[in-house]
Amino acid sequence: MVEAAIIVPAILNGLITGAVYALVAVGLTLIYGVLHIINFAHGALLMVALYGVYFLHALGGVDPYLALPIMIPAMFVLGYLLQRFVIGRASHGKDENVMLVTLGLAIVIENLALYLWSSDTRTIDTPYGFSTVDFGVALIAVPKLIAFAGALLLTLALWALMRWTDLGKAIRAVAKERRGAALVGIDIEHLYAMSFGIGIACLGAAACLLLPSYYASPHIGSAFVLIAFTIVVLGGMGSFVGALVGGLIIGVTESVGGLFLGDSLGQLGVFLIFIAVLLFRPTGLFGQKA
Amino acid sequence: MKSGVAILIVLAALLPVPWLVHSDFWLNFAVLALYYAFLGQSWNILGGFGGQFSFGHAAFFGTGAYAAAVLQLRFGVNPWLALVLAGVAGAAMGAIVGALSFRYGLRGSYFALVTLAFAEVLRILADALGFTGSGVGLQIPLHQSAANFQFATKTGFYFTILGLTALGLGVVWSIEHSRFGARLAAVRDSEEAAQALGVDVFRTKLIAITLSAALMALGGTFYLQYFLFIDPDIAFGPQVSIAALLAPIVGGLGTLFGPLLGAVALQLLNEVSESAIGSAPGLNLVLYGVILILIIAFLPEGIFGLARLRTRWRGVMRRPA
Repeated sequence: MVEAAIIVPAILNGLITGAVYALVAVGLTLIYGVLHIINFAHGALLMVALYGVYFLHALGGVDPYLALPIMIPAMFVLGYLLQRFVIGRASHGKDENVMLVTLGLAIVIENLALYLWSSDTRTIDTPYGFSTVDFGVALIAVPKLIAFAGALLLTLALWALMRWTDLGKAIRAVAKERRGAALVGIDIEHLYAMSFGIGIACLGAAACLLLPSYYASPHIGSAFVLIAFTIVVLGGMGSFVGALVGGLIIGVTESVGGLFLGDSLGQLGVFLIFIAVLLFRPTGLFGQKA
Repeated sequence: MKSGVAILIVLAALLPVPWLVHSDFWLNFAVLALYYAFLGQSWNILGGFGGQFSFGHAAFFGTGAYAAAVLQLRFGVNPWLALVLAGVAGAAMGAIVGALSFRYGLRGSYFALVTLAFAEVLRILADALGFTGSGVGLQIPLHQSAANFQFATKTGFYFTILGLTALGLGVVWSIEHSRFGARLAAVRDSEEAAQALGVDVFRTKLIAITLSAALMALGGTFYLQYFLFIDPDIAFGPQVSIAALLAPIVGGLGTLFGPLLGAVALQLLNEVSESAIGSAPGLNLVLYGVILILIIAFLPEGIFGLARLRTRWRGVMRRPA
């Protein structure tokens, strides 16, 4: 019999991790919703962002949370350029080519990182790194709480951007009806790159929120990438609410699974959900029928 | 028939290689090139001829390698018999993955994702279970003899992988010349149209993935016998999955000799880059990634497409104005 004293903190921790997962997944789902492609380089680009935050702190002494206004635009520009000049150009508009090009990008980025920065894991020290807040039922680390709140706020902000701005409207128009959007004068290539850029900008934000309680290493992306895919598939490809709910579910599953089965087998629950959803309900919880 | 003759010529040309190269280095090069070509050919059956892009062929590779290792170590099965049984195990894994994902109509990026996830599930299982040696992996004790599938020189391994190459070419050749091959091509080009013409799409794809996975598992067993070691990352990690899809894409997707051409080209490039910039961890994979992107951008039909492009160009030139 596992007691509530262990389960409750596990669930809380799972929810907190899940919010950051959701932020990573929201970027992926946005890119999928608009471009109808799966970005296999998503994990690798998150890794780049984590190193960006690390070096800003190690070389420039910038606090990871203050790095947010630097990392978000920087990753946005990187994403925009990648879509406009590499992925879009190289794939000739064929879906399977986009898949392979993003896979190629992931291989290049990950191994370049391995070559340049070696496989050492890198962490940063912050004055608040080990502070905790007592919730009565559980002690939660301060950086994790900030990450939770930050991830929720940013997901909401992104949702508002998509809902109420002209840019958001244009992106949704392209997602729904590419040709129609082009006919009313929307620059499709530009909007594709914008969407990709915004999706990657989410990774910049996620990296700033993650690093104080996490680490950077060249292969860190692959740990996230399948989890982010799982969340997107579970929530429904292209659905924001789905990504958020899916992120929280997966975070809790991983955390509680780890409690019962140990860390390595605990991840199994996540992938079993993934396979089950793909097989039985590929549209996910909140996705529309294809 | 012409491609059948071409197979015999290529095999005949490859046969005397061990007597032509006098260094262990080049023989090792030849073994690895053929080995990667074989993995590529396995992937090519499903990805090239069937149009179903798997990003997780490591699932089948690892199943074969682990099946062979466990059979030898825990049950004392002869490695040659283990090779055959590993092929059967791979086929079974392929049939399971195929039955589950094709039954529910997964294709395109969904199929790529689900194969990736299956490989990851198997990696975690191999990492956690005791009888697969957990994270440490399994080591085959050194006991060199041909009967034990452990050759004292690389020549024995060369002929084994050449035999597997012949098998791979033979399987693909007979697919190309069968009704099944025609159905597979129809499914690749348009599932809806194939279905409308009465092709059993599910069955066709299922046979393709089973064949593809069986060959991939044989490749895994060959790896095990060559290096006498397997661990969860080698067996089920993304490296093998990438290696398997790279050779046919570089050489020519859905062509008989594409994987062979691609694997030799990649292996040569690997050696050249290593002697030019030294072997640093990750650098050869950076190169592979760049090649993958460049090929898709500029040579979507691979190196074979280049040859076809030239003959087409010549045809245009010859045509009277």
